[in-house]
Amino acid sequence: MDYANQKLAEEKVFKDPVHRYIHVRDQVIWDLINAREFQRLRRIKQLGTSYLVFHGAEHSRFSHSLGVYEIVRRINDDIFHERPEWDESERLVVLCAALLHDLGHGPFSHSFEKVFNVDHEDFTREILQGDTEVNSILKKVSAEFPKKVAEVIGKTYANKQVVSLISSQIDADRMDYLQRDAYYTGVSYGHFDMERILRVMRPFEDQVVIKSSGMHAVEDYIMSRYQMYWQVYFHPVARSAEVILRKILQRAKYLSGHGYKFEQPPTHFLAFFDNSFTLKDYLALDEGVLMTYFQLWLTERDPILSDLCDRFVNRRLFQYVDFDPGKDYKKLGELTQLFERAGIDPEYYLIDDSTSDLPYDFYRPGEEEERLPIHLLMPNGDIKELSRLSQIVDGISGKRRTDYKLYFPAELLIDGQKKEIKQQILELLREGGV
Amino acid sequence: MLQEHAKIVDFISTAEGVTGRKKLQKMIYILKKIGMPFQEKYEFHIYGPYSEELTARVEELCDMGFIHEQKEDKSSYVQYRYTVTDEGLEFRNALGKPELADAAHAVKLNGKSARFLELTATLLFFDDLEQSEQIAKLHSVKGKLNFTQAEIAEAFAFIGELRQ
Repeated sequence: MDYANQKLAEEKVFKDPVHRYIHVRDQVIWDLINAREFQRLRRIKQLGTSYLVFHGAEHSRFSHSLGVYEIVRRINDDIFHERPEWDESERLVVLCAALLHDLGHGPFSHSFEKVFNVDHEDFTREILQGDTEVNSILKKVSAEFPKKVAEVIGKTYANKQVVSLISSQIDADRMDYLQRDAYYTGVSYGHFDMERILRVMRPFEDQVVIKSSGMHAVEDYIMSRYQMYWQVYFHPVARSAEVILRKILQRAKYLSGHGYKFEQPPTHFLAFFDNSFTLKDYLALDEGVLMTYFQLWLTERDPILSDLCDRFVNRRLFQYVDFDPGKDYKKLGELTQLFERAGIDPEYYLIDDSTSDLPYDFYRPGEEEERLPIHLLMPNGDIKELSRLSQIVDGISGKRRTDYKLYFPAELLIDGQKKEIKQQILELLREGGV
Repeated sequence: MLQEHAKIVDFISTAEGVTGRKKLQKMIYILKKIGMPFQEKYEFHIYGPYSEELTARVEELCDMGFIHEQKEDKSSYVQYRYTVTDEGLEFRNALGKPELADAAHAVKLNGKSARFLELTATLLFFDDLEQSEQIAKLHSVKGKLNFTQAEIAEAFAFIGELRQ
């Protein structure tokens, strides 16, 4: 039997708190799970710094990736199987894409990517198509297969139904992470009736649609997503940790570029500091490696680097206030000057941060929107966009919510030194708007 | 964070206004690809490379009153025109007027049609491929737009010109 169709002698299962079991029968999938680049995902947390707020949130991208695979496997094998609108020959490529969609994520991706100007999607593509164990497994299916998987993940694959299962406004990725993150953070939001949604999903022309009888389950999913973003993903304290993490990496990069002699050479980072990194350098990093450096840097001579590491490792996070940049950017300028006069480097200790989300959006004919809407399949075979039928979804469609915060080390402002200047800082921070 | 907002204000100001959301998306992507320091993250969407971050940033700038968005009804379709307000210019200058290295690029890009920019941005999205593969990929993802050989050649020439 050819490798693409080869089955394991016995089905393997992984116990999973969200889906109960993850089922594996395909040899290709089993081999991919055992590849070193996939095993690396065990050492990268799904929610980055959120564990400093929700202590249960220690789950990894490994478990999420298995979860996305399991959802797509069920859609393929139980829901779409033998439906004429679905091309059965796409089964393996969509299963592989589901399993590998987050393969390029690095440690604390969000901060790391910003400081070193890299994109995890580029690394996903490189791992799939470069000299890796994953690539050698995919190539055994066919020479073109690694590229096909990369195209599905990169959303440039010709079959849009396949892309939609992994990436759309209602896809397997979101359905897994909402439930998984809700489970591990312990919050009561994030739950919805996935069983119902899966049962009413249908392949239709070049998209995946939902039978209209499942509209209320979809409403629940969208509201869950909305709640999770604002209650968990954008939690201001987790963002404080994220800001500090970003500043640690920025400081280390700055010091390296300015001739600073580290007491512990930052070997793993050197190629990133001078932008000469390879895929091998990237794959050598995980959150254990970063946390080890943060521990070592606690005793570095540079007071900023050691202080920031202490803040992150020992959870002495920055305080924050709401901030309206439209009105307050001039005050931010004043604050920057006052911080300098107070001897507190504003580059590392006065940070504005914003986050925003659009819970759901639809395509408006004639406008140049880019989001594919969720379509409902009516009993007469017509297709209707979700917000036309759902008042709840209509209420939040196209409405972006943005949150701005200003982060700073509160205790440095009340330490008794340079009292007068710090008093002015505190007054500005207390004033309306800032 | 605000530095990134200021760069967008600076670009729209340098281009003397931008008509069309799609056009703005593609122009920033093209500039980013030729090495301009834009931080917005792009993914492949319906019209080619698209940045959710850029959309959010532009909406924020409109809310802050630094950019004015005008909806223009063109009977069969709607488009948006973006211009920088006086407050926006003040904001950009207060943040140290970020330099986009070559202002001529902004004007040059703005003189092109949305269709041409979509073509150019899509070719750049696949610039890790051989040219023949790049063109094959373009036809595969943009089949409905029927780009001609002449248009494709013009887009490659334009990319070369921008990169000089």
